[in-house]
Amino acid sequence: MKILVCISKAPDTTAKIAFKDNNTIFDENNVQYIVNPYDEWYALVRALELKETLGGNVTTVSVGGADMEAIIRKAFAIGADDGVRIDAEPTDTYFVAEQIAAYAKQGGFDIILAGKETINYNGSSLGGMLAELLDLPYVSMATKLDVVGSTATVECDIDGGTEVIECDFPLVISAAKGMAEARIPNMRGIMAARTKALNVIPAIAADKLTEVKSYALAQGRTTCKMIDAENAGSLIEMLHNEAKVI
Amino acid sequence: MSILVYTEVSKGKIKKASLEAVNYAANIAAKTGATAIALVINAGDVSLDDLGKAGANKVLHFNSNSVNTSDSQVITRVINHAVESEGAQMVIFSNDLTAKAVAPRLAARMKAGYVPGAVDNPNTEGGFTVNKNVFSGKAIATYQVNTAKKVISLLPNSFQVKTDGAVVAATNFDVPVELLASKIKVKEIKRESNELSLPEAELVVSAGRGMKGPENWGMIEDLAKQLGAATACSRPVSDIGWRPHHEHVGQTGIAIRPNLYIAVGISGAIQHLAGVNGSKTIVVINKDPEAPFFKAADYGIVGDAFEVVPKLIEAVKKFKASQN
Repeated sequence: MKILVCISKAPDTTAKIAFKDNNTIFDENNVQYIVNPYDEWYALVRALELKETLGGNVTTVSVGGADMEAIIRKAFAIGADDGVRIDAEPTDTYFVAEQIAAYAKQGGFDIILAGKETINYNGSSLGGMLAELLDLPYVSMATKLDVVGSTATVECDIDGGTEVIECDFPLVISAAKGMAEARIPNMRGIMAARTKALNVIPAIAADKLTEVKSYALAQGRTTCKMIDAENAGSLIEMLHNEAKVI
Repeated sequence: MSILVYTEVSKGKIKKASLEAVNYAANIAAKTGATAIALVINAGDVSLDDLGKAGANKVLHFNSNSVNTSDSQVITRVINHAVESEGAQMVIFSNDLTAKAVAPRLAARMKAGYVPGAVDNPNTEGGFTVNKNVFSGKAIATYQVNTAKKVISLLPNSFQVKTDGAVVAATNFDVPVELLASKIKVKEIKRESNELSLPEAELVVSAGRGMKGPENWGMIEDLAKQLGAATACSRPVSDIGWRPHHEHVGQTGIAIRPNLYIAVGISGAIQHLAGVNGSKTIVVINKDPEAPFFKAADYGIVGDAFEVVPKLIEAVKKFKASQN
């Protein structure tokens, strides 16, 4: 079984978010990058679990500059067999999907996994675009993935519940919480990560359909009105009369 | 030009988030002289009048026993067929679970610029820009769409619903059968019928580790029930299995923006705030006066949840009685 896992970098969840150059560029000063949690904790770890029980190979693919390589090595340390970096700036999801689709077309992958979203751009778009460009079935927001033979059984969230789906290889899946548990790399993994093959390939020509023109920080709240615990019930009147939310 | 809106039926009516999307499309249509067209699949006996009232100029109903609505590939082909037959330049979704599967697929098929989770109306002067939340709600980015064709999905509960439009009769919409071929088999659907959908809920009661154990959630559920609110929880609580994963709100859970978010026994880690700080009104109940969540709240109560929550339940009951 050949599994491709799309991994991206994201600022550490405690990173201070700031912008520079007249609020047009994310300020990377003092920002520590991690593997996007959905890509790592759920997509990659589940791919490795399937490989360990059923055999096969797990390849990661990322679109980005040389600064992406630290997170590809992290994926190696956790257990990915090899990794591909497509050398281009990932500024538009459609552009990224075109790059990964072009690579995946030649790879003969049975399952292509991606995290349900990145924690920096929160688009939930890559898996769907990739599936369409490859003309493959797509299951999004999957919380469970099992494989028997060449058939995947996937549980995913739907409006007001969950759904269990069966689909033959190949298919694209986006991974949400529940699919696997985060793994901490062991010393052997970290040592092995140094020597695994990280292949850098050139980008193909593709269009960028959207671009970010500027950023602004979300507005904080100015004051918190404190209510005495003894008189907690008065909150309900305030929510009705002042805040007008009930 | 026309603007297509993909709408869905749930619990016997058109989803509120779908009506928000129709209203959004109608606003753009009014400005640009376009037609707003609502598409719905398998509405059954549900009245489609709300679509016209929300601003749709035309309603298309695709009614078929052979459409697999769990297959994003099939839904994409159906919507794309409507896009082509109606000459639509723009498609609007509510950014719910269906849109997360279908909208990016459709955008790639149409080669249309896609903005997922838009939070305001687009600026169409000298191009097309629209804002969306990024960095899990810590910032807002202005996206420019560079293509003539566009797909926009809207953050649920961010837009008004209009109800004074003219009712339009639905037109039956047909799709060639070869577009309905599906590779996905649905084995089982588990619906939690009594639960409110968390992303769409206007009122949410959420609790964290301060509740000390899953056995103490009764009062949280009771408060939510009295208010007509959905329940949610913090990450540690879902990680240790006190509550189901789908209730986890925060940076690595789901992001919500209800009108009212009541947080009980949640300290307010930056990752949690990221998932809720778009809420209109935030109430924080915590026995620790230093809990960082108070800095992000509109109303705060320093006190023991086990004393405060029952008081709130009583107050809601009294309030409801006074409203009748």
